[in-house]
Amino acid sequence: MNFGPLIFLAAFFGLTCSWFGFVLTPQFQVGRLQQTNTIPAGALYPVSRPGLARQGLSVYRANGCAYCHSQQVGQTGTTCDVVLTDPGTNQTALLVALRKIRPALSESEDKELLASLPKTIRQGVTKEEADAAVKVLTSSSAKATTWIVPVGPDIPRWGIRRTVAEDYLFDYPVMTGSQRVGPDLANVGVRMPDANWHLRHLYAPRSAVKDSVMPLYRFLFEKRRIEGTRSPEALTLPPELGPEPGYEIVPKPEAIALVAYLMSLRANEPLFDAPVSVAAAVTSNSDTNAPSGGTSTPTNAAPTNTPPTK
Amino acid sequence: MTAPSAQPASSTAVPAGQAVPVSEIDISCRLPLLVLFVGAAKWLVIGWIFALIGSVKFHSPGLLADYAWLTYGRVHPAFTNSVIYGFCLQAGLGVLLWLIARLGGTPLAHRWLVVVGAIFWNFGVAVGVIGILAGDNTGFEHLEMPSYAATPVFLGYLLIGLCGAITFHRRRERKLSASHWFLFTALFWFPWIYSTANLLLVTFPVRGVAQAVIAWWYSDNLLVVWLSLVGLASVFYFVPKLTGRDFRSHYLAMFAYWILVLSAGWGGIPTSAPVPVWMPVLSTISSVFFLLAVIAVGLNVCESIGCSLRAVQGKPEVSFLIFAVIAFGFAGLMRAGCAMLDVNQGLNLTWFGPAMSQLNFYGFFTMALFGAVYVIMPRLFGVELPWPRLVRAHFWLAAAGVVLLVVPLTFAGIFEELNLADPQKPFTVVMHSTMAFLRVSTLGDLLLLFGHIFFLANLSGVVLGFYRARAATAYAEVTADLFKPAGARS
Repeated sequence: MNFGPLIFLAAFFGLTCSWFGFVLTPQFQVGRLQQTNTIPAGALYPVSRPGLARQGLSVYRANGCAYCHSQQVGQTGTTCDVVLTDPGTNQTALLVALRKIRPALSESEDKELLASLPKTIRQGVTKEEADAAVKVLTSSSAKATTWIVPVGPDIPRWGIRRTVAEDYLFDYPVMTGSQRVGPDLANVGVRMPDANWHLRHLYAPRSAVKDSVMPLYRFLFEKRRIEGTRSPEALTLPPELGPEPGYEIVPKPEAIALVAYLMSLRANEPLFDAPVSVAAAVTSNSDTNAPSGGTSTPTNAAPTNTPPTK
Repeated sequence: MTAPSAQPASSTAVPAGQAVPVSEIDISCRLPLLVLFVGAAKWLVIGWIFALIGSVKFHSPGLLADYAWLTYGRVHPAFTNSVIYGFCLQAGLGVLLWLIARLGGTPLAHRWLVVVGAIFWNFGVAVGVIGILAGDNTGFEHLEMPSYAATPVFLGYLLIGLCGAITFHRRRERKLSASHWFLFTALFWFPWIYSTANLLLVTFPVRGVAQAVIAWWYSDNLLVVWLSLVGLASVFYFVPKLTGRDFRSHYLAMFAYWILVLSAGWGGIPTSAPVPVWMPVLSTISSVFFLLAVIAVGLNVCESIGCSLRAVQGKPEVSFLIFAVIAFGFAGLMRAGCAMLDVNQGLNLTWFGPAMSQLNFYGFFTMALFGAVYVIMPRLFGVELPWPRLVRAHFWLAAAGVVLLVVPLTFAGIFEELNLADPQKPFTVVMHSTMAFLRVSTLGDLLLLFGHIFFLANLSGVVLGFYRARAATAYAEVTADLFKPAGARS
């Protein structure tokens, strides 16, 4: 084995395999991804971010926000909830059905429940159990649906479903992040919809989040002398953080763009490969040409995602 | 040490098929390796200053908040790029060239081309780091240097790599050792992955999450495959040489080689990634296969030194190499553990992630290179290391520094993961519980910085000692006539 080109062939073979696997195949599989439809609303997803948010993405990239903030929500599985939405006409049959599903509760508790529909009847069960319960309930002329609820430690904290390839379709560069020194930002636009909060947080993080370890981004703001009236964009800061009298702190265009980008981060639409049942208010127009989600993706959902059962 | 100060005969005088004297090989490597090693040591110190600025920011976030170029998100990639491209690859290339020349029994080919390549490389890294500080980060981890810096870096590599390949081709010792396989493969690996990543991520970017996949693939191939290939080649060459024993098994080494080449390139995609599930699964399998390479390397090195640390006593250079092998094993274990045992898929996003990568590129690769450079430098110049005690001090500082850096971060990561599993705990509370660990790791950073300064001091000492001796000789020759009696002059 003293033949030099043999080493070259070995290296070439090894690298070619890994290149085909993790460069070429992903390019065919996810690099050619197209927009998809939300389920059940059928809206196109994702839509390209507005121009200002795209500028904000480059501020996010230039200042390396991705070294402390990931944009990937994980999920370890899904469970199902059974939601009763309409008692129907035959209340006696419904009460019998409820007895079967929840033998532990008394009849008076069941009647209380029927007074304030929609309500979750079972929580955290398998798809089969949920479908069986729905069958029992619907046989008594009531209306009930199965809800899909993603689970995992990321879910209540960072988002309602895992992030999937579609969420990043129009971004360049895609910065999924590698570490969470700060919160995950995949859904920060949903969690924190207030632009002024974000600006104040960038200027003085500890005024917005107690004990935050985020560095201060004062270079994204400028201190200006107040000429006549106060600028409408100026930050309202507590006196100990604010500038001396006669001055104001105004965000630079970079700060405004960055906040626009943060507000556009909303990876929460229900999709075919990341099913989740969301409140009716979010996805209400079920009369579009959306692909049918079958029983697993109900349309007539209850007002909140996880209503209390007890 | 071994190299005489006199200029030996040219290699053309040596009959074909016969190895050239080692002193001549060392002299052919002298200038190119000087440029590479001193450049690398300089980047290491610069990088660690960035690391300390970044580390201090966790303890007082308001520090230097008015300067955009000193914000954490710019200082941190400046640190990783200085250390990876400035030190790891540059010093790695130096060791690679010396090993190829020595193993092949032939002088380094086209040494001036290597010098030009090294200048290109250093220029590229400097431009890249300044670009990152100015906000031109590409946004892909470990590939942050903007394209205007990537071009000179790539050109520099091509020049150096070409000389390496020519030297390999001209070898007089036809028999190929295991180190040859590792080094020659590394020589080809980098330009392929670097050009692929730059073309598909920066020049003609692909769409969507395919970018993230390619970025992960590149990081893994650079930080796991390339660094392992060069680091292990130096371990396999130097450990038996310095301990005066035989290399245990060529076949075990080749087994590790094939595992690295065939499976390590499939790692790197974290379990939490928003990609089709087959990709993280393949990466997990690859990280488990990697353990086979760890076992093969461990067995080989252990038996080569007789499975006792007595071989290491009094030889700080060997201590560096043995420490590197231990760190290589632990880093492999951590990667496999993170991929296999982490049911919540969040461990790689905690401090555990940096702990893993620091252990690999600092505990393993940099330590292996320190050992190698401390052996090579005196041989190149024919001068002893000026402060051998500093080498020992450097080893203990670096070893303590790595432990203080990696162990607290590992525990911080595990605690963070366990605490985040409870949705009731606010995120800031969880993060604050990790801050104590982080303070200890800053201490580790500080120890490492002192170690690096000792390293730079010793390298500079060798060079200064060499030129002082030369200057003294030249002065003595020039002035010899002056002190002779007038009548003796002719």
